[in-house]
This record gives sequence, structure tokens and C-alpha cells, in this order.
Amino acid sequence: MTTSITQLDTAGRRFYPDMLFAFTDTVTQEMDTDPRLAVVLADISTPEFADAAARHPGRVVNVGIREQLMIGTACGMALTGLRPVVHTIASFLTQRPYEQIKLLGHQGAAAVLVGYGASYDITEQGRTHFAPEDVALFETLPGWTIHVPGHPDEARQVLLDALRGDDCVYIRLSARVNHQAHPTGGFRTIRQGRAGTVLAVGPTLDTVLRATAHRDVTVLYASTVRPFDEIALRTAVLAADHPDVVLVEPYLAGTSAHHVDRTLVHVPHRLLALGVSRDTELHAYGSPEDHDIAHGLDEAGIARAVAAFLR
Amino acid sequence: MKTSEGLAYEALSGLIARLSGDERHESSSSSTLDVLWVLYDQVLNVSPATVDSPDRDRFLLSKGHGPMAYYAVLAAKGFIEPGLLDGWARFGSPLGHEPDRTLVPGVEMSAGSLGHGLPIAVGSVLGLRAQDRTRPRVVVLLGDGELDEGSNHEAIALAGRLGLDQITAVVIDNSTATHGWPGGIDQRFAVEGWQTRNVDGHDHAALHTALTTEHPGRPLAVVARITPTS
Repeated sequence: MTTSITQLDTAGRRFYPDMLFAFTDTVTQEMDTDPRLAVVLADISTPEFADAAARHPGRVVNVGIREQLMIGTACGMALTGLRPVVHTIASFLTQRPYEQIKLLGHQGAAAVLVGYGASYDITEQGRTHFAPEDVALFETLPGWTIHVPGHPDEARQVLLDALRGDDCVYIRLSARVNHQAHPTGGFRTIRQGRAGTVLAVGPTLDTVLRATAHRDVTVLYASTVRPFDEIALRTAVLAADHPDVVLVEPYLAGTSAHHVDRTLVHVPHRLLALGVSRDTELHAYGSPEDHDIAHGLDEAGIARAVAAFLR
Repeated sequence: MKTSEGLAYEALSGLIARLSGDERHESSSSSTLDVLWVLYDQVLNVSPATVDSPDRDRFLLSKGHGPMAYYAVLAAKGFIEPGLLDGWARFGSPLGHEPDRTLVPGVEMSAGSLGHGLPIAVGSVLGLRAQDRTRPRVVVLLGDGELDEGSNHEAIALAGRLGLDQITAVVIDNSTATHGWPGGIDQRFAVEGWQTRNVDGHDHAALHTALTTEHPGRPLAVVARITPTS
């Protein structure tokens, strides 16, 4: 039994120490009651799904180290009426089989793709295991919902929504988490201010709050980036003294910049888009915190950039 | 053997002429014509009335190029109106040079990029099995050139290892693979545990025998050899 380490908090709810466990345990539970669900793996996280495989042997498939086949298999399953959940390390999930992902939607099929590793969680492995491009790739395809949870409880909630839906969904799991969960759905107002609006995505929130602690800015939080909550952003921007927007995304810088521009098409505005740098191929290992510093996504880096930008 | 309603084999050339604008249809179309006819006339358990039935057989035209024979057979069997054949590939027509499953009833797969049909077939059979539907067949048609795509070999290995006997792969071998398949296409499947048959791709009786070969516990690969005609 690999999931016997399930813990309960003081209120008797399930407590998840990390997003990966929240994901595997939630899917395992839901499979008991939802016969539509199936899991497609490619030799990653197979121990975590051992219980589900034992209970539902036909609905947990490990295709081996074959990512093109993994997406094709999910497509075929979906065409027979199942709701496949496809999971491996984000870089292998999203980039090696990108054409299969594109054509999944083209077939009129849908699946829930759950990547682990984010932009650089697995720093010791280096660039091959990094996927800062993932959200940018999915958002070139129409109709995908994209979740970037910042806490295990948020990961569980967006996953439950995805399992019960019928659309194409990408969930970006990360080892980086905020200290507390927020309600999922549209953008949430965490703090209100006058000098500008900061939109923090997923696990960047705690760092953004520290970096802007002494600034009179509104901080919005997004655990879902597609659809992009234009109403919440526009409302926040129009309520501030200056239509200045800072976008902090834990993946490629500027991935959502065009959505900000579309949101504010009738509002002359300024935009500072922070995220993983597009400018250099970084050949480095170390820790995720080292990479935050390299990309200016640490507290000091964000604070410096915001100070230089705001009026 | 299953008997079907609809037009006769002899009507196909006239239907293809509506697509090609020529009584002499292209070789890419004729290479698949007999296989498609035998499948839809005698093998596949699917009709215009059952295109949405969960228990229907599925046919995936993975090699989407040259779909004239496919459209002609679908028209002959009543899946599409013959009138749609006129003006195909124009903007607004549901019929293009690569089929789109969302536009044509009975078309199970949108094709064009090679190497996608066999992986989708693996998933289709796993999905059917998960729902205790062990009877429907999933037949995939691909070309010997298409086999170049590595995604096929991912699927060939897994289908063989899992014993997905609801899958039949039909490989149209008209010697178009740039680097060829030394030792034979069938061996690529056999070594992974598939039942294999080599057959003349124009011989209806031989195709029918091969496509209905018993193959319990193993997927079936039928290599349909097409001799180029000048």
C-alpha cells in the first residue's frame, strides 16, 4: 500500500504535504466512484498509482517510456468515452509529444494532462527536465484550460473540477508552494492598494507578497491562467491610481502579456512581465532557489524590478 | 461474413471520378481501394445507422493521403451523400485531402500527419476493454512509408505485449518507404507478438481471409502488397 501515509489534519480532512501526493491520492479516490476515469503513465509515478492499478487494472495503463504513445492512447480512450488523466514529468509530457497534444483537440477528444516538475523543480537534472515553455505551448491551442496551482489543496480542487469536466485541461504541478491555499477559479484579490496592480501566478505568490510588502499595490492571485480572468484584472487596474501592471509568472516571462493587453485594450497602460528569462540558455544545476535568483524571481529580484517600474 | 447494403464495387470508379475529375484515378487512391472495399463490404461491423454505437467496429485511416477511395467507399455504403463528392476540398466542404472526423459521420480519425492511427487504436481498444467491450474491432490502415514514423513502433510494441487482439493493422505496402524494411514489414510486427498475414492487396478473397484470420490473444497485422501498375 503506497498511499497508506495519508494524513488527516486537526479538522479530520485529508492533508497533502505536496501537490504530487494530492494529485495521485485524489485520482485514486475518484476512480473508485467515477468509471469514466483512466490513468495513462509513461514509467513515472507508477508506484504512486499502484493501488489504483490494483483496484482498477484496466484503467491504469503504463505504456513504458513512450510519450507519443501515451498521448495517442489517451486520445483513443477518450474517443471511447473515458476521461483519461495523463501524467509524467512536465518536459516529457508537453514537449516530446506536442503534435499528439495538438491533434488530440483536433480529433474532438479531450484529456487531463498533469505535469510535474514545472520550470525547474528538478534542478539537479538540468535543462532536459525543465519545462518553462509548457504554458506558452498549451495556450497556442484553442480550448485548453490551464491551471497553475500554488498549494496542494488548490491542486486537489482544480483536479476535481478537471476530472468532472469534458474539456482539455493542463495542470502544472510544482514542488514550490505557497504557505496557504486560496479559493480556485478566477483571480483573487489578496491585497488592495493604489499604486498599481501585481498579478502573481501559482507558487510565486508568497515571494510576491514579501517583495511588495511595503508597497501600496493591489496583489491579485491566479491559480488558473486560462481562461484568463479579464474582469478581475480590469477591475483592479481601473481602481488604482495608475494603470500599471506587474505580471509575475513562474514560467516563460510574458506568457500572459497578450492577455493583459487584450484586457486593457481601451486603457492606456504599462506592463512589466516577470518570469523565466527567454534570453539565455542557462546551463546550471543547483537548487530551484538558485534558479529563481538567476531569473530575477527571488524576493530581491522582484522587489528591484517593481521598484524600478512603479511610479 | 457480413453482407452490406449500398452500391456495388463496380460503382466505385464512377464515384472516384467525381473526385478526381478523371476516369483514371490516382495510384494513391487505387492502392487502398480493394482493402477499403473488402473491409466495409465484408468485415467491419459498422453501418450509417451505427456510427455512434459504442459496440461498432472502428476503422482508422491513419494514412490520410489520397482519400478518394475512402470517400468513394463511404458514399457507396451510404455514410455520406454522393453529392458531397463534387466540390471536395473547397472551403466549406466536409471532404478534404485529409479526412476530418468532426466533419464526416463515420470517419473515426482526423488524419494527415503520419503515425497517429496506431497509437489511437491502442487507446481505443484499452478504452473499450475498460468498459468490458471486448468484441468491437479497431482496424487501422497505414502505409509502408508511414511506418517510418517512430510512434508506430511505440504502439506495435505495446499492442503486442498487452495482447490487444481487438486491433488489426493493415499495412499497404507499395514500396514507398525511402529506406525500405529489410526482412519484411510483417517481421516488425511478428517479433513483437502479432499474428501476421501477407496478402495481395487487390485480391478480395485473399484479403477477406487474411482480415478474418483467427488471432486469439494477439493483435493482427495484414501486409497488403500492392504491385505498382504503369
